[in-house]
Amino acid sequence: MIKVKDPVCGMEIKKDDAAAVRTYDGRDYYFCSADCEAQFVQNPEHYVAPRVEAIPSVTTGVPEKVEGPVRAEIPIIGLDCATCVVTIEKSLRAVPGVQQATVNFANEMAFVTYDPGVADLENLTGAIKSTGYRVGGAKTRIGIKDLRCASCVTFIEEALKGTHGVLDASVNVGTQEAYVEYLPEMTDLAGLRAAIEGVGYRTRPALSEEPLDKEQAERQAEYRSLMSKFWFAAIISVPVLITAYPQFAPFLRDLPMDALRLIWAGAAVLTLPVLLWSGQHFFSGAWSAFKHRSADMNTLIALGTAAAWLYSVVILVAPAIFPKGTAEPFFDVVAVVISLVVLGQALELRAKGRTSEAIKKLMGLQAKTARVVRNEEEMDIPIEEVLVGDVVLVRPGEKVPVDGVIVEGSSAVDESMITGESIPVEKAVGDEVIGATINKTGSFKFQAIKVGKDTALAQIVKMVQEAQGSKAPIARLADTVSGYFVPMVMIIAVLTFVAWFDFGPQPALIFALVTSVTVLIIACPCALGLATPMSLMVGIGKGAENGILIRGGEALQAAQALDTVVLDKTGTITKGKPELTDVQTTNDRQRTTDEVLRLAASVEKASEHPLAQAIVDGARARGLKLPDPQDFQAVPGHGVVATVDGYRVVLGNLKMMQREGVTLDGLEAEAVRLSDEGKTPMYVALDGQAAGVIAVADTVKEDSTEAIAALHKMGLEVVMITGDNERTARAIARQVGVNRVLAEVLPEDKAHNVHLLQAEGKKVAMVGDGINDAPALAQADVGFAIGTGTDVAIEASDITLIKGSLQGVVTAIEVSRATMRNIKQNLFGAFIYNTLGVPVAAGVLYPFFGLLLSPLIAGAAMAFSSVTVVTNANRLRGFRPRYSMKREAGGVK
Amino acid sequence: MTLSQSIVTMGGLALSVLIVWYFWFSQKKGTRAAVAASGVQELDVIVKGGYMPDVIVVKAGQPVRLNFTRQETAACSEMVVFGDFGRSAKLPTGETVPIEFTPEKPGEYEFTCQMGMFRGKLIVE
Repeated sequence: MIKVKDPVCGMEIKKDDAAAVRTYDGRDYYFCSADCEAQFVQNPEHYVAPRVEAIPSVTTGVPEKVEGPVRAEIPIIGLDCATCVVTIEKSLRAVPGVQQATVNFANEMAFVTYDPGVADLENLTGAIKSTGYRVGGAKTRIGIKDLRCASCVTFIEEALKGTHGVLDASVNVGTQEAYVEYLPEMTDLAGLRAAIEGVGYRTRPALSEEPLDKEQAERQAEYRSLMSKFWFAAIISVPVLITAYPQFAPFLRDLPMDALRLIWAGAAVLTLPVLLWSGQHFFSGAWSAFKHRSADMNTLIALGTAAAWLYSVVILVAPAIFPKGTAEPFFDVVAVVISLVVLGQALELRAKGRTSEAIKKLMGLQAKTARVVRNEEEMDIPIEEVLVGDVVLVRPGEKVPVDGVIVEGSSAVDESMITGESIPVEKAVGDEVIGATINKTGSFKFQAIKVGKDTALAQIVKMVQEAQGSKAPIARLADTVSGYFVPMVMIIAVLTFVAWFDFGPQPALIFALVTSVTVLIIACPCALGLATPMSLMVGIGKGAENGILIRGGEALQAAQALDTVVLDKTGTITKGKPELTDVQTTNDRQRTTDEVLRLAASVEKASEHPLAQAIVDGARARGLKLPDPQDFQAVPGHGVVATVDGYRVVLGNLKMMQREGVTLDGLEAEAVRLSDEGKTPMYVALDGQAAGVIAVADTVKEDSTEAIAALHKMGLEVVMITGDNERTARAIARQVGVNRVLAEVLPEDKAHNVHLLQAEGKKVAMVGDGINDAPALAQADVGFAIGTGTDVAIEASDITLIKGSLQGVVTAIEVSRATMRNIKQNLFGAFIYNTLGVPVAAGVLYPFFGLLLSPLIAGAAMAFSSVTVVTNANRLRGFRPRYSMKREAGGVK
Repeated sequence: MTLSQSIVTMGGLALSVLIVWYFWFSQKKGTRAAVAASGVQELDVIVKGGYMPDVIVVKAGQPVRLNFTRQETAACSEMVVFGDFGRSAKLPTGETVPIEFTPEKPGEYEFTCQMGMFRGKLIVE
């Protein structure tokens, strides 16, 4: 079904369902309602995308003199209010040389007619940008050979900017590449290359055709920097640690105090660069946080290490001011703690990189190029240049580049990367294909319907990214706590110092200092803050790998707590369209079932009833040849009559048979049995004699029964809801193993029924399609929308199942249960760690067991607590659905 | 109790009070977002050890665009989350990332980094 956009309101409608069609300027426009049509008629110019005049192709690269005004379509990003349209239009019209400017809100496009001799695209984009909007366009990079002089840069940039359709261009001598933003409607890569070649340079493919994964590169750089900081601190730690305990070192043991002090002075000098370089980010971080009147982990580490170092230096310089026995420095604490915490941060960073692996895999699925047919010529173009409406050719083994509808050929397509369904799907003319899926067997051509950010893959990536950044309600406590955490720890450290100084054993100052420094170091706000988001990242990514899009932390948490699942019957449990299920002949006749079916189906060829189509399809599937019927006649509410192969064939319900005076020969019992199974039986009579019964039914999807059994096994109550009559509903329910049925429910009452179940104190999930069931999906605690193909952004749903199977519900609940379990482990670990660690570090065990924690141990514990949290979250990557079928576990490969 | 003990005790208590006051009770000044001709309330926010500014005042019912620029590499701040508006964004170092939404109800909303270490407040009037 081809969808078109209403040019007035922007709504997507099916071509066939359009309320009105108008032809303007040689093009057809479709409208969702008469209102939109009326608005269009009043001012068509405003809504219509003006055609771009054929622009002479750029061959020389030197800006050509174009006669007369030029029209340009400029995509605008982030156009969010209709009033802004006027602002942008005004701003564009104010540019000298602009003759006409209209902005279409629905298309997010500006259409400008301008005199290229006076204005250029740069002026226009500048005008749009000045109103606070960004200009969309394709971006590309082109390598330039032998680019030596910096002055040539301007030359090439001017040539590119002078090319029609180029919004912006910049040339980088370092990378030997030009970076160009352009409108793909007005020029293409060849045009850009020609522009560069026109000024005497040769082009080559950009070295980094694929934009570098910036995030990954950043992480790598950060990791390397942390590791070098760690190694530096670790190497210094060794001698500093030895000199800190002279009583254990054979060479130092017998040295006089003065010599030891000299060595300690050396340690002081050595640890200074550790503090100022390896630990530099603690101090800068702590300082900027302090300016914001907030405090974080950096504050704690900075305070702890700085206090230890300063105290030690004062002891070295003026030992006399301290009581006897307290004159021992702690340079080892400084070096060791900094090296451990830095190492912990590096490991945490590396583990964190893995949590976003799922999304990276998704993004990596995108094809790089597409083979499109333009002007009856095949050409390979970068995927960014594919336009809506382009006909794209896909050969076996290739990736489908964008979303569209097949117009020629057929094939099996592996959609596992998007839907999680591992068996290739047969596709023929009229079927949707999804970008990033792999064509297996045949070649086909399809028309691009969605490109760029509108493709299913792009939407999935966007949805997953947004969901991964969301918060789960369970994190609320951790969030509140972490807001007060650091200042609280600082206060505990101060009070610890006071307590030890006042009541502790001698040397009190040493004890007081060591314990308060240990408190500062052991507390780990990071573990607390990381606990939820890390697991959420992995869990939601894992869902996406299985074709399940979870909208956010809230949906995930709710899905885990469900106890009732309401399934819509039609289209959810069943396939949603009737199929031929039974053909029965009368006992005494010698006619075969195929013969009866052939005759009946031939009659139905002329009928438009949906059940008729099912019979025709069923007969064709059995390889029967269907002759054309003659004298076809439909009797509303009864059935149909026609002549086929010389027989007068009557097909219809009981009333039809009575009307025709056909004796049913005991076929009624058969019909009743079929009705009891939820099927629709139809009698067939040949020349006034009963010949058999044909039944059609909306059949159950292959895996519905298994999925429902799995839901039961997981301890969930399963309820079926349907508008069908009690008998049909019960029949289906028996077949799939559902014991509670809500039948004869009007579509608008579905939400109310969900509400009633909620009133029983249950957490209810509703599974249905995103359109008819939208109110019920919204009413439920968790709404599961069964999507098909490219419709991924279903508004009303909390969870979208891309593959139209109930197994997705099972897997989704499993993923959320596993993720929530993981989050709870993390939160529990982080809370316990801090609530036990901090008091122990403060020395509460000392009066009873004489136990004190060394600051060095505290540093190690702190460093590895957050690593543990991230590592635990990463365990989720190994999640395999237990209850769903094995092949579900395929997912992204 | 010796003199030094009393000094340390008094000092410690005073310091604790100071910490409580400095981090929790001192008032932060809010920064009002500028209203562009298009009606969008726009403000640049720098991310470096925290959000600058970290208290942002906007009007209800008008679109808000906050341009975040992260000027540090610490992984902590690589995301900013507006939980109440369901918005979040990755902030690559050195890149300006706009976050757009329209606050409908007046009130105070928090925005944080993903781990909740950096905090900012959006006051909607």
